[in-house]
Amino acid sequence: MDAMVRELSYAQAIQEAMAIAMDMDERVFLMGEDIGVYGGAFQVTGDLVERYGADRVIDTPISELGGAGVAVGAALTGMRPIFEFQFSDFATLAMEQIVNQAAKMRFMLGGEVSVPVVMRFPAGSGTGAAAQHSQSLEAWLGHVPGLKVIQPATPYDAKGMLLAAVADPDPVMIFEHKLLYKMKGPVPEGYYTVPIGKADIRREGRDLTIVATSIMVQKALDAAAALESEGIDVEVVDLRTIRPMDKQTVIDSVKKTSRLMCVYEAVKTLGIGAEVSAMIAESEAFDYLDAPIVRLGGAETPIPYNPELEKATVPQIPDIITAARDLVKGVR
Amino acid sequence: MATASKAVTDSRANLPFVYRQYSAEQLKQVLHKMYLIRRFEEGAEECYTRGLIHGTMHLSIGQEASAMGICMPLAEDDQITSTHRGHGHCIAKGAEVKRMFAEFFGKTTGYCKGRGGSMHIADVGKGNLGANGIVGGGIPIAVGAALSSKMMKTGKVVVSFFGDGANNEGAFHEALNMAAVWKLPVIFVCENNGYGMSTSTARSTAVKNIAERAAAYSMPGVIVNGNIFSEVAEASHQAIARARAGEGPTLIESKTYRHRGHSKSDRNRYRTKEEIEDWMSNRDPITLFESELREFGFIDDKGIEAIRNAVAQEIADGIEFAKASPSPDISETGNYVYTEQA
Repeated sequence: MDAMVRELSYAQAIQEAMAIAMDMDERVFLMGEDIGVYGGAFQVTGDLVERYGADRVIDTPISELGGAGVAVGAALTGMRPIFEFQFSDFATLAMEQIVNQAAKMRFMLGGEVSVPVVMRFPAGSGTGAAAQHSQSLEAWLGHVPGLKVIQPATPYDAKGMLLAAVADPDPVMIFEHKLLYKMKGPVPEGYYTVPIGKADIRREGRDLTIVATSIMVQKALDAAAALESEGIDVEVVDLRTIRPMDKQTVIDSVKKTSRLMCVYEAVKTLGIGAEVSAMIAESEAFDYLDAPIVRLGGAETPIPYNPELEKATVPQIPDIITAARDLVKGVR
Repeated sequence: MATASKAVTDSRANLPFVYRQYSAEQLKQVLHKMYLIRRFEEGAEECYTRGLIHGTMHLSIGQEASAMGICMPLAEDDQITSTHRGHGHCIAKGAEVKRMFAEFFGKTTGYCKGRGGSMHIADVGKGNLGANGIVGGGIPIAVGAALSSKMMKTGKVVVSFFGDGANNEGAFHEALNMAAVWKLPVIFVCENNGYGMSTSTARSTAVKNIAERAAAYSMPGVIVNGNIFSEVAEASHQAIARARAGEGPTLIESKTYRHRGHSKSDRNRYRTKEEIEDWMSNRDPITLFESELREFGFIDDKGIEAIRNAVAQEIADGIEFAKASPSPDISETGNYVYTEQA
């Protein structure tokens, strides 16, 4: 019954999902910079152009605004484009089409249309690419009603959530941490979806809830494994979708553990940590809290080039361990 | 689109394009629609002044021949993207004025159920993919629609309307380049009314004619007098034929003028009364078309009077329909943000 499960990398899982989507639906096609014979800057599209042809794996000029607009227009008129930004930072060049057009078209037209576009954003630091190629801008887009914003953290979710995104009638923005592309994990063959808008409890625990996103999920799991030997039992919630957010899973977890820490790579202030914290403060889980909520996010600085500085800019496993221990032991 | 019979076309051999191309009935329909646009704009303006419509609006009075000239040769399922000055495009593509008024009044019977208003008026059923509040915003979207047409082999042609202001947006250049590289069935129509809000094209644009920018993207650039219906329609007709034949895009610069200000806040401090008066008195597109129709014997005073009366009735009925229509319920504020899923 069960589909054959293999070990695939996160990048291979995405590629397989795109191939399945194109096999299943002739309206699906790929657009982006250097996604054809080059295979994409991170080799996510790989050899898809050889299998599906240049008419369905379209190399665009270096025109992020125009390219995103073409994808929006194609989605509006019956196609199912998957648009790859070479780096998520380049979303800044296309914010007009994403925020003013894709997100609002259905609403502005009173529900007469939908915009089933998928946009993929290689994101995050850790590659030495410095300040303009390393940002985590997902909360920007998460602030816009009309968009759905997801951050799969495993190869399994990367495939299943991409297929869910393609099937979704609304614009879905996928933030893929670049350091995850080589991460390996079990991925079933064939078609399956992982629902958008559902968090995943990746590890159950009693003492503390860590809500993490993207690459921070694995770091939180590693930190939790280390803390186990100290007798600290951590629950790790992989948020997976930041809009629409799965509030109930987080609320239920905090009611169980009575402590909350948010771990994410993006700049700490005005981000996902603030949203999750405020959501808990507004919920019935607030009464269950035994300690102040802790946010562990990126430093208030652009991402630096120097590798040691770069690492120091975003939360690392020892930072998570220390912060979690302090939180559970009541150290302020 | 049906064309006039051979015997008729022979007798019209020396007349301008549209008088050879279209039947008398079709030409009267064009005049009807040009009046409908004019009176719709005047009706909307009056309703705004009387406080029945809120927000703002951008009137296209003076640009009726441009909208009609481009849209007349299009097939019903061809598509357009439009602009903040888009009421005329919407009517020219086949919209009903009563549902447009209803939208401006914010009513559920409006084309966007009251969610879009003037600046987002659309009529997807007739191929109008929507006006746009962002200058140049619709241009890449039109290219995307043309890509859909090519990939799905529907044969549809897409027109992107935009103003002179948009030709200095990056989206314009990126979109024209991609359309040319991929030879897409799209027509870029720059309605150059001389001013991007208050800034004249002379002060904002490095080329004398925006059509010259077509050369940079290896496509034909055509300049027409946007106030002469036949000139616009002929250019549109040729660009459509080129697009349908798979030969790629065309840039048409339709030189025209808006009689009213940019929007309702405009005090017209950047142009003279004489300039406005000159365009209104000597180059009004409806007057010009009407005199040609008379001169060539397609219509007489009685026929014109009949059109004016019919249009006046249609506008009055449309406003009444809008007034009588229900407003959306406050409980529905969150509707249409996402597609409702069963």
